[in-house]
This record gives sequence, structure tokens and C-alpha cells, in this order.
Amino acid sequence: MNFILPLDAVSPQHRKVVGGKGYSLAVLKRKGFQVPRTWCITTAAYQHFVSATGLKPRLLMELNRKKFKDLRWEELWDCAFRIRSLFASADIPEDLAASVISALAAELPERCVVRSSAPGEDSRKTSFAGLHASFVNVVGLQSILEHLKLVWASLWSDGALLYRREMRLNVDRSSMAVLVQEMVPGEKSGVAFGQNPQDASQAVIEAVYGLNQGLVDGTVEPDRWLLDRDSGKIISYRAVEKDKVVLPSASGVHFASLSTGDAHTAPLSEAEVARVFDLLCTSEALFGAPQDMEWTFSGGQLSVLQSRPITTLRQAAKGDQRPWYLSLSRSFGNLKALRQKVEDELIPAMQTEGNQLAAVDLTVLAVQELKAELVRRARIYRHWKDVYWSDFIPLAHGIRLFGIFYNDALKPQDPYEFMDLLGTGSMLSVDRNRRLAAMAALIRDNPGLLEEVRGNRVTDPAFQQMMDQFQGEFGDLFCGASSCPQGPGALADLLEEMAKHPLRLESVASRDMKALTKRFISHFTGEKQAEAEDVLDLARASYRFRDDDNLHLGRIQAQLVKAAEELRHRGPAGTKVLRRLPPDVQEMQADFEETSTPINPEGWQAAVGRLKARQIVGQPAGPGLARGPARVILSPSDLFHFKTGEILVCDAVDPNMTFVVPLAAAIVERRGGMLIHGSIIAREYGIPCVTGVPNAATLIHTGDTITVDGYLGIVTVG
Amino acid sequence: MQEITEVWAIIRGLLDSQKLAVLSTQDHIQPYSNLVAFAATPDLKYLLFATTRATRKYANLLANSRVSILIDNRTNQAADFAEAAAVTVLGQAEEMQGTEPDQLLPVYLERHPYLRDFVTSPTCALFRVNVERYIVVTRFQDVREIFPGP
Repeated sequence: MNFILPLDAVSPQHRKVVGGKGYSLAVLKRKGFQVPRTWCITTAAYQHFVSATGLKPRLLMELNRKKFKDLRWEELWDCAFRIRSLFASADIPEDLAASVISALAAELPERCVVRSSAPGEDSRKTSFAGLHASFVNVVGLQSILEHLKLVWASLWSDGALLYRREMRLNVDRSSMAVLVQEMVPGEKSGVAFGQNPQDASQAVIEAVYGLNQGLVDGTVEPDRWLLDRDSGKIISYRAVEKDKVVLPSASGVHFASLSTGDAHTAPLSEAEVARVFDLLCTSEALFGAPQDMEWTFSGGQLSVLQSRPITTLRQAAKGDQRPWYLSLSRSFGNLKALRQKVEDELIPAMQTEGNQLAAVDLTVLAVQELKAELVRRARIYRHWKDVYWSDFIPLAHGIRLFGIFYNDALKPQDPYEFMDLLGTGSMLSVDRNRRLAAMAALIRDNPGLLEEVRGNRVTDPAFQQMMDQFQGEFGDLFCGASSCPQGPGALADLLEEMAKHPLRLESVASRDMKALTKRFISHFTGEKQAEAEDVLDLARASYRFRDDDNLHLGRIQAQLVKAAEELRHRGPAGTKVLRRLPPDVQEMQADFEETSTPINPEGWQAAVGRLKARQIVGQPAGPGLARGPARVILSPSDLFHFKTGEILVCDAVDPNMTFVVPLAAAIVERRGGMLIHGSIIAREYGIPCVTGVPNAATLIHTGDTITVDGYLGIVTVG
Repeated sequence: MQEITEVWAIIRGLLDSQKLAVLSTQDHIQPYSNLVAFAATPDLKYLLFATTRATRKYANLLANSRVSILIDNRTNQAADFAEAAAVTVLGQAEEMQGTEPDQLLPVYLERHPYLRDFVTSPTCALFRVNVERYIVVTRFQDVREIFPGP
């Protein structure tokens, strides 16, 4: 079996082994289209690689770790990330490498593109644009081989796993062909769709200056032409504000500023638009279906980079969240701009909002005024909750981006090693916990203080000031997500427990961050070094905001809860108001009232017997091993009873509840993924953590002795 | 909750699909394992097996009636780590007495009709294992336990 075929040697019998894109390009080339020099690395090469390296059974184990239905998108992403690391660190078998090298060496282009070419992608039903990887400006044979592995790994990308059913992904049967293509350094490039998904009578052409990487990943907005499919006449042209262009670097690509002249000129003339349209029509006639094409102009010559049937992916059914998940994978440029927005605008605005709300004295308001204040607070909270989804959550992808960057360069044994570089101890929740520890230390020295806190009559002005400052910045700890019925007793209980033993400090302090950073940076030289510094800096910000933004949001939510509480204190008049809120506020009732139905831990009992979980598999999210009694958090009030050495077991850890973490021996959480809060705070304190444990809060009961294996991601009960 | 139904389905699937089980017995110090042809009663409260009285396992059972029985559907492929399931049955084995075989032997023979001569031989003892616990392992490391009965 051939591992590699030049495009000219591809004939219809090779259709399956060179994949959809490879086959289409071969057909186009034979018909006289300008196609860059291309070699197809066949599916036989993929099969040989995964068999010879023993990756196949590892893939099976990775993909079957949990039931697919129990995997959240974040866990799919982690799964794809671990698979990518497995592929990257495996060696290509010598015979395969030799065969690829000997085919390419004689006429190796100076710069190449390494593209995915999935088999079956030439059929309209299974064309899914953007799920597999392609790499532009790959220089040298060694680098081509490295990128080849990454394209193979993308058969199991998070996007592909999301659409595994539609793509019929199967470890034994699925395969991937790869194209090695000469890179055409186009002056203007773009994509074209033979049929507009919104209007079947139109074709669409989008163009940018430079390479089309920025267009494909959504970082550079293109100019856009709509054309009549029958006549080719331009129906409309939309120019965008153009300021940047993607150009080849020494290897890879970079953004540059667009010249003033180009910024105000359409990348294509009308004649060039007509040439791209011609390309679409001929290609459609050849393949019998409207095509989704990538093309580029270089020195006046129009080249086809790829052609495939128009994807069905974007037309998601209502309620299908998958396109949104896919949109979370963003480029560095995109995230850098987002970070600036979050750091400079959103967080300060949120803090100011929180301070202003806290400054309002609710007790002096009449019932109707209180109602207006509650409605105002609800709408403010709703606004910030929306921002949380639209801006804060996507920013967290900066951590993932860094993980990929780090693992590609360093190929570490532990795919999560990069996380050690992220926590710098500057998270708000860690600061909050430090201050609690300081108060607890004072109580340890002077136990009388405890009764004063409990009785709300602290006599030491310094201690009172600490408490006031704490309340001012973090609010009432026990008021985060629901009503606040506990009073000062709850805080006193927590401080009492914290005062019993010297507290665990965050482990960040014990890591030599400077040395770790230096070691990472030293793997790079020249412009790549600057890129490494930038990506790390972005990841650290993403990491910090991931936790901090919840605390800021929690503070605003607490102010909403306070207004509802105040109304409840006003007797029947107040409760009447609460029952007659505007519909949009009523919808949010759960966010300011204790309406959560406690999970019934005995719910699994059935007539035929009693089920007990003995060992539950989740995801390793913080290395270490711990054994101790479980404290299952079913409602916020369970936090008050937390004792030193217990294991925090929870459905979803929120930063507003992580003040008990310095007491905890380990964390177990139902939600999975490396970016969930349980995992972040566990790493910050260096305690074992297992996430993605299905039904954690129902299968485990408070008081059960459990063992948390944070290396393997396993929780053993009893 | 769904899960107990799913776990029962895995147990029933294994007990219905497999004919042989690994029986572990112990005299007082030495564990001992061997294959036995087994059957389960429809209510999954009992497992049945037979052995001649001259065997080591019979001697062990006389000395110590506690048993552990392993039933699995592995195929000796890498996929087993993801796809195979195993159930360990813990309980107490008792030799059937009096009229008990009238009720339980048909259950056993329905499963293993070719063993009629073997089980009806006067040298053969029929055992009933009272199941106290099923321990089910799926996906290599997911472990659930079911305690049958109300």
C-alpha cells in the first residue's frame, strides 16, 4: 500500500485513501485548473501510524473512559487535547517516515501547507468544514512530519467528537488522509460558496488581503460579494474596515498592519470576482454540487487551494449548542482583543456597579421603591450574566490555547504540565482565603474574639476593621447564590474551624514561578520567543479572570438577593410585591430565591436492591492522593459544617464557595474539564481533584470515607 | 434514578450470555480458582453450579462456604478495556438439600442441557449460591455494587 502519492498519480480508485480534498484537487488539476504542487499522504499511513505506535487501544480507552452522553463539551475538549498530546509524542514509524521523506525530498517546496483530507468529505452529507486541522507555512521535512501527526490527531478534535455521530467516528474504521501542498504566498485570498446558505439563488465570495488564515479562523473580517448564481452579476458588495493582514513568518503566520492604500480598496477587482465565480461554476459542474472553495491570487494567477461540497454544519437544529461550543475555540488575535475589553472595560465596570449597589441603604426605602430597586438590580444582574457568557467564558480559551502551544513545543509526559505556569497566586478567591486565614490566626491567639464575632460585638477595632473590609470586598460569604439566613454565627463557625489548625497555604507560593517561566521561554528563539511570552501572558490573564469574574458576578447577585431579602422583611406588603414582579424579573426568581430543590441522595433506591458506587471514574484535574470523609454540598448551608480534612464533593463548584478549600483534603466535582473552578482552585492549593464524576453528589454521601486519586481521576467509596 | 436499572441490565446481560464463571473458594489459607458451568435463577438471587465430591473445590466449600464468582464477557482484544464488563458475585454456597433440586435443577439444565448425565450422577453435588452482593465493573474502572433484596 502506498503511503504517499503525488497528485498526478491519484485516480478514481484512490478516492477513499486520499480523502475528499485530495481527490477533488486531483480532478481539478486534471481538468486544467491551477492547483499548487500537492502530495497526498494516504489513510494507509494513518492506519500504520496508529497500529505501530499502539495508539489504537489508547484511543479506545481515552474515548470510552466515560459514557459519551455524560461528557460535557469541556471534557470533550480535554479528551481531544489528551489525544493530541498522545499523537504528538508518538514517533512516526521509520518505514513510514522514510517513504514520506523520499517522496518529498527531491522537490520539496520551501514552504508548505499541511492539510487534513478526511475520507468521505467529498459527499455532501458528511462535509464538516473546520473540524480538522490545517497548518500553513510549514518549513522543512522534520516540521512536515510533526504537523502530519497533528493533522492525524485532529480526526479526534473536540469539534469532530461533538459531531461524532454524524461523522460516524469509530476507532477501528475512521481514518485520515493528509495533503502536503506547496504554499502559495498569495497577495489576496479568500473563500467562495457556490450557493448562499441563506438564499439558494446566490453565490458568495469573501476576500482578504494576504493569506486567508485570518478569514478562515474569523480573526480578519473579509469583504463580501453576493452574486446571482445564474448570471454571475454582482448583486451586492460589502466592504469592511480593514486594518490587518495575515502574512507568512519564518514559519507559521503573523498579523501585520495593512497599508493605508489597501485598507480603503477592495481586495478584488470586478474582473477578479468574475474569475473566482467562474471557478465556482466549473467546479460545481465537475462535482455535481455547489462547492465551498479556498483560493488565492498570486502574481495575477488564481490557484485553487481546496474544494469541497458546502458544509451542512452551520445549519444547526434549534437548541443545538454545538456551533456555540465550536465558536469558543478562538485565535490568539481574537483573544488578545477580548482580554483588553475584559480587563480595561468589563471588570472595572462590574466592580463599580457592585460598589454602587452595595452603597445603597435599602432599609430607608419604601416598599414600592424597594420593588423598583429589585427590578433594577435584577436587570443589572441579567446584563452581567449575559456578558459572562458572551465575553468571560470565551476568554477562558486562552488557557487552552496556551496548553496546545506548550505541548506542541515541549511534548511533556503530563499533558497538563502547562497548568503549573498559570497560577500566580493573584486570584481574588485566594486573596479572600488569605484574609480569612489572617482573621482565623488572630482568633487562634485570642479565642475570646470568637464569641465577640458570634455575638456581633467585636471590641478590637483592628479586628473589626478587618471584618468590615472583608465584608465590603467580598460581601457575606454565605449569601452568594441564595438567601442569607445564617447571620454572623456562620462566619464565626467557619473561623472557629479555620483557627483549629494552621491553614494550608496556596501551593503557588511553593512553586518557583520564575524558574518555570524561564525554562518554558528558553525553548524558543527569535520571534517565536516573543510569541511564547505573549501566549503565556494571555493564558495567565484568562486563568485569573476565569475565577475572578464569578466573584464579581457573585457580588452583584448578592446585592439582588439582599433587595429580595429586604422585601421579605417588610411583611405581607413585601411578599406581595415579590409575587407580582415583571415577567422578565420573575424568570430570574431562582437567582434570588432559595428555590433549588435539594437533590435526594436516596433517589436511586429501587425495589429490587440497593446500589452503591464503589469506584467512579472522572477526569484527573489535580494530582495527588487523599482519603477522608466526604462533605457533600447539596445546598449552600452545607458549607457551614465543613470540617478540616473533609473532602469537598459537589455538583458544581462556584468560586463563591471555595472559601472552605483551605480546610479540604481534596475536591470531587460532577462537572468536568480542566477549566472548571474546582480544578483551578485545587491546583492553586495543590490538593487532589477529580472532576467529571457522574452523579458525584448523589452517589457519594456526607460521611462516606472516600479516596480521591487525582493522578488517575478515580474516586473510590468505602 | 436510571443507574440501578442500567446496572441490573449489565448483570442480567452477563449472566444470560455467559456459560462459564470463575469460582473462587478457600480452605482456610489458600484461595483457589476454577471454571464452573453456572446458571442464575430468574430473580437473580441465586447462582447455581455443580461439582463432583472428590474435587478440591468441594473440599474447600465444606471447610468454608464463602465464595467469590467472576463472570465477564472479555474477548481478549484491546477493545476489552473499553467495552468488556465483569461482575463479581459475593455470597455463600450451600449444597442443595431435600426437594430443592426439584425446583432448581430445571433452571440449571435449561442452561446446560448437555450436562444432564453429569448433574444427575450420585457423585455430583448441586450448589446454590445466595448472592449477597454484585460488583459490576465496566469501562475498565467504573465499579458499582448492588445488594439484592428489598
